[in-house]
Amino acid sequence: MKIVVCVNHVPDTETRVKVGSDGISIDRTGVNFIMNPYDEFGVEEALRVKQKHGGEVTAVSLGGETHKETLRKALAMGVDKAVLLKDDSPRDSLSVAKALAEYLKGISPDVILFGKQSIDSDDGAVGSMVAELLGMPSVSVVVKLEIEGTTVKAEREIEGGHEKVETRLPVVITAQKGLNEPRYPSLKGIMAAKSKPIEEITPTPASLHVEVLAMRKPPAKSSGKILGTDASAVPELVRLLHEEAKVL
Amino acid sequence: MKILAFAEQRDNAFRKSAFETVTAGKKLAGESGAELVALVIGGNVSPIAESLGFYGASRVLVAEDAKLQLYSTTAYAKVVAEVAAKEKADILLLPATAMGKDLSPRVAVKLEAGLAADCTALAWEDGNVKATRPVYAGKALIEVRISTPRKVFTLRPNVFTAEKAGDSKAAVEQYRISLGDADYSVQAKEVAHSSGRIDVAEADIVVSGGRGLKGPENFKMIEELAKVLGAAVGASRAVVDAGWRPHDEQVGQTGKTVSPSLYIAVGISGAIQHLAGMSSSKYIVAINKDKDAPIFGVADYGIVGDAFEVVPALTQEVKKLLGK
Repeated sequence: MKIVVCVNHVPDTETRVKVGSDGISIDRTGVNFIMNPYDEFGVEEALRVKQKHGGEVTAVSLGGETHKETLRKALAMGVDKAVLLKDDSPRDSLSVAKALAEYLKGISPDVILFGKQSIDSDDGAVGSMVAELLGMPSVSVVVKLEIEGTTVKAEREIEGGHEKVETRLPVVITAQKGLNEPRYPSLKGIMAAKSKPIEEITPTPASLHVEVLAMRKPPAKSSGKILGTDASAVPELVRLLHEEAKVL
Repeated sequence: MKILAFAEQRDNAFRKSAFETVTAGKKLAGESGAELVALVIGGNVSPIAESLGFYGASRVLVAEDAKLQLYSTTAYAKVVAEVAAKEKADILLLPATAMGKDLSPRVAVKLEAGLAADCTALAWEDGNVKATRPVYAGKALIEVRISTPRKVFTLRPNVFTAEKAGDSKAAVEQYRISLGDADYSVQAKEVAHSSGRIDVAEADIVVSGGRGLKGPENFKMIEELAKVLGAAVGASRAVVDAGWRPHDEQVGQTGKTVSPSLYIAVGISGAIQHLAGMSSSKYIVAINKDKDAPIFGVADYGIVGDAFEVVPALTQEVKKLLGK
């Protein structure tokens, strides 16, 4: 089975975001970048699919030279091959999807995995867009996946429950937390990943459809009232919620 | 100029987000003289379609078939894109729900439209829509403009308030669907509801617990308070990772980003990932022993005290207020 997992390289969740001097993106100074946390579930699932059905797992990332760090992590976790679609120009979700689809079309994977969203731009759109561009079925926000022959059974998280979905291979799956428990790369894996080659491909330049006009910090919340230090403050709290905030 | 609003339903009943989407469409239309059309897809949705008139949709298209009773990514996407093309809609509005987020990328590709996801505000500027959307889980906001002729926006639930525009019912038209078996290639077979639980991303009130609760068994008091308030139960990443609570309750950067009217944080210190996910709540109450906990920095009302004493007292007091 040919399995591909798409991974992104994003600011760590610990990052305190500052607006950069261009006014439309973050200040990257001192920011630590990591593999997008949802993509870890994608990599893990790719490895589990391979374990069960055999085949080869390729990790793909679109971005600049620094994305190799995340590709090395994927290699250290156990993927067989890594490919960098080298282009660090600004892209919206559709132009990211087009670059990935252009590459994926040429290799016809059976299973393509993504994280359900990238924790930088938070669009959550690229996986489904790639599926549409390739004319493939897709199941998004997946917490359970079973593949038997060419039948795919997946459970996706919806409001207040799970939707049990059926489709067929080839398929695009976007992974949600809960799908699996991502493995930690072994020391041996980390050492081996250092010497593995990363193939570089130059994608077709992006055309942007969504223009960022400005980035700003959300209005700062000022600290409110401390009403007390024990249960005696509760009646006052309920009064304020009822009369001042009017939320009860 | 025409705006198409996708009104989401499940089990032949509208979701709250349907009314929010239609109201947002009505506002955009009102400010620009554009026409608003709503679209409902489902198994037996004609009886409910006319009620969208109350929210400002004078015309509602219904795409109805027993096979559309449960959600199908491929079939729904095809219908939405087809209707948008036939109606020559310039702007498509969908909710940023599980369904809307799944549909919108496919619809955008089919229509060669730019997509702005999970928007929290829409406004006209120089004849185009300027959308505001949170990025980095709400640590920053961006303003975006879509340059393609057709534009797709998904709207964050609970942010755009549903408002009744009047009491006239909408004119309902049947849309003749032409779907073959291949169009149902991705098909939901069943929905497993978590019994009686309100989803944290949709709830108007959220009561969240963190490590300060000391153990999973103590979430009982969080559940009791939530029940009295009609609220959803949320959790910090720490307690989800510890296995005390299910993943779908996690609030924060690798969980859900929520904007309820009231967010009550109990025993949550307020790590930056958590604050990012809940700071846009309208009112925040923090109950925590540690007066230096960062959660107090975003809270409107705080009690620096023992959750085990404060929470049961709060449950009782709310019961009294609500006459329960």
